[in-house]
Amino acid sequence: MYKIGIDVGGTNTDAILLDHNSQLIYSVKSPTSLDIKTGIEQSLQQLLEGANIDKTKITHAMLGTTQCTNAIVERKKLARVGVIRLGYPATASVLPYTAWPADMIDKLSGNYAIAHGGYEYDGQLLSALDQEEITKLLEEWRGQVESIAIVGVFSSIKNDQELQVREWIQEVYGEEFPISCSSLIGSVGLIERENATILNAALCKVIETTTQGFVQALQAEGIFDVAVYLCQNDGTLMSIDYAKQFPILTIACGPTNSIRGASYLSQIQNTMVLDVGGTTSDIGVLQDGFPRESSVAVEVGDIRTNFRMPDIISVGLGGGSIVRVNDDKITVGPDSVGYKISEEALVFGGSTLTTTDIAVCLGLADVGDSTLVAHIDEAFAKAVQEEISSLLEQAIDKMKTSSEDVSLVLVGGGGIIVPDKIRGVSTIVKSEYGGVANAIGASIAQISGQYEQIYIYSKEPRQESLKDAQNKAVKQAVLAGALEDTIELVEVEETPLAYHPENATRLKVKVVGKMV
Amino acid sequence: MRYLDQTAIEHIAIGAAFLGTGGGGDPYIGKLMALSAIEKNGPVKLYSVDEIADDDFFIPAAMMGAPSVLVEKFPRGDEFVKVFQKLAQYLGKEKIAGTYPMEAGGVNSMIPIVVAAQLGLPLIDCDGMGRAFPELQMVTFHLDGISATPMAITDEKGNIGIFETIDNKWTERIARTATVEMGASSLVSLYPTTGAQIKQSGVHHIVTLSEKIGEIIASKDQEVNDKLQNLLKLVEGYELFQGKIVDVIRETKGGFNLGKMNLEGIESYKNDQMKVHFQNENLLAEKNEQVVAMTPDLICLVDYETLLPVTTESLKYGKRVRVIGLPAHEKWRTAKGIETAGPKYFGYEYEYTPIEELVKKEVAEHV
Repeated sequence: MYKIGIDVGGTNTDAILLDHNSQLIYSVKSPTSLDIKTGIEQSLQQLLEGANIDKTKITHAMLGTTQCTNAIVERKKLARVGVIRLGYPATASVLPYTAWPADMIDKLSGNYAIAHGGYEYDGQLLSALDQEEITKLLEEWRGQVESIAIVGVFSSIKNDQELQVREWIQEVYGEEFPISCSSLIGSVGLIERENATILNAALCKVIETTTQGFVQALQAEGIFDVAVYLCQNDGTLMSIDYAKQFPILTIACGPTNSIRGASYLSQIQNTMVLDVGGTTSDIGVLQDGFPRESSVAVEVGDIRTNFRMPDIISVGLGGGSIVRVNDDKITVGPDSVGYKISEEALVFGGSTLTTTDIAVCLGLADVGDSTLVAHIDEAFAKAVQEEISSLLEQAIDKMKTSSEDVSLVLVGGGGIIVPDKIRGVSTIVKSEYGGVANAIGASIAQISGQYEQIYIYSKEPRQESLKDAQNKAVKQAVLAGALEDTIELVEVEETPLAYHPENATRLKVKVVGKMV
Repeated sequence: MRYLDQTAIEHIAIGAAFLGTGGGGDPYIGKLMALSAIEKNGPVKLYSVDEIADDDFFIPAAMMGAPSVLVEKFPRGDEFVKVFQKLAQYLGKEKIAGTYPMEAGGVNSMIPIVVAAQLGLPLIDCDGMGRAFPELQMVTFHLDGISATPMAITDEKGNIGIFETIDNKWTERIARTATVEMGASSLVSLYPTTGAQIKQSGVHHIVTLSEKIGEIIASKDQEVNDKLQNLLKLVEGYELFQGKIVDVIRETKGGFNLGKMNLEGIESYKNDQMKVHFQNENLLAEKNEQVVAMTPDLICLVDYETLLPVTTESLKYGKRVRVIGLPAHEKWRTAKGIETAGPKYFGYEYEYTPIEELVKKEVAEHV
């Protein structure tokens, strides 16, 4: 049996084939096409031609894609969203879409309503749902919205109201109508969770075409009987059905895949990963084989959200970064010759001094024509390397949790520019297949489930609460396509709530398991 | 008199969160409420304390409750006006000349702006703390014997109450219980004051100071070290530490968020440790087991890179911060001030020593 992994990056689309032992047997890199689909088709075709295997033995196909991110950033192909906030009379002082970019509101049509509903912090009713109110709203919105986001006050404690409203919408608009419930998407913090839910709802058309495109590309190659998955940004996979419900979880899966792939290649579970591309480098942290989550509200396309995202720092430094001297001061990047490196860098006969030229000059890499950089003064090249080292040192230091030196796994096509020694780094681990770490990460991912709720420990003891949350997370994982008996608990986060007399704690758990 | 527009509000929100010393709630929600209010009603007038009449009457407006509740269930929007008018009516005052913040903090620096915008009232450039504190009696008006009551309290559902209490600590106890019942967040109007009382007992120019702090922190054309120097100069403060949070220990007790964090030094503070104790607000800082700042002086945590204030809710393992200490307003350094909000009140067995002396002592020992 074989697995296919495809990672669509900004510059390249990487495709790899793994055997039943998860050993890499073939990989190809091709430029990402404008429509993405053609790029996927091409790389798939090249991969299968080159690998020369029995296609019927392919059992799994995984796709990591930036299409949802691009759709938000470029404001393209987004659905018209209706927002139902359950919380009246509370929360009316800050309306949905407050502080959103105007062009984004236009694209999404800006329809919203603050309806009765919601819970208090301790699970008591804030106000009861009113079916008539919702039905009337749906009649008003008929034909104006293509997707609905439901957000309930404290739905992270109790989400039955959100689910009830979802049912009512399905009764009126039909089973297939795309609906996003906030309790399944973000954590505590109504505005940020609402924003994430609106974005999720807006992505329903993008994810539909992406998944369809991938399945069709596979079919065009004669691959029919495979389990198809999409990569999530926490380093796990989701089935196509699950992805259609939670498209926002694909955002930032690229850097996550590289980090996961690096862990796999180096066989290290806890480490820092540096992924050097053509224009930027991403630094992430592996904790028990998974990327560390960001602790701050993350902006996606200028919109503040709170759904889980990997903690990644990006630096404007890559294999194509332009090297300059201004008033005797050496600068590296953040601008880059990008995909034009094979024309513009000195070693390829071009006229722009890049980090790759420095690497070749110092004998760290063997690409292009080294005689074209022979004239570069060694002291200067070393000074540039010192600057690269210092840029990396600062970024790595930001990600550290203690002052001790860390070991670093280096991946990505631009890795040749990284010096052997960086202050604060004890060892640098490299791998032969580091260039396609992202596609490897995509294909080795597991399936996860998460659950978050506020528990009152004095009523429901901590152990029982933990067990309850874990059971619910397992259910989520099974829904996403995990094998129940392989599921393990990987993360527990507890936050006590102020003002609650009875030791109330927000409990968040995450489990992962192998794919079905 | 001058007008507060959108930019001013953005800056005040940052500066007040800085003075909030980790407490005072999420600056984001407060800011969105204030911005929504001025978008609807126009900019708010800010009067300096010298511009108000002695016998005019003023009522502060504030939110009480858990910041972690406020980020999920925020007000309907008309409670501010209701609670404000309820108190005015109870007091039998026909004309209220303005409002002002009770404390400088994320939410409570913004609520009076909402009230001012909605009622077309001016905002007065003062507050009752010069920082944020967790209890109702911890205000400079209390230090001068001014009563917190009659106070009005309401929720988004429309429940409304008036309290008259025998002293300000009772106000705190009763209002807190009511707040928990109201869903752990309420709107309050209390410490009704005359212009003369504000001049005598308020912390003046706090809105302007917040705005100036915010302006420095938000400035995009300065290096972080220059920003920091300008900030320290403005507030007469000290950088106490640069470090990474390596541990946060929390517990909820009696409706408060108690805890401490351990910091490991970075850059020039490598090999040093710091512990910061908090109860909603940061209250005590120990560097290498030695106290370097204590309440009522201000202990402000800011993001290492951006200098944006860090609230106690958002403390997390791995976060890089700078710890900045500032002297409290002189009213807090009186015997009554120290008794009300000094280290012993919060259960730390230390005699209050001003930050200037602690810092001087630390420097001397290092040399």
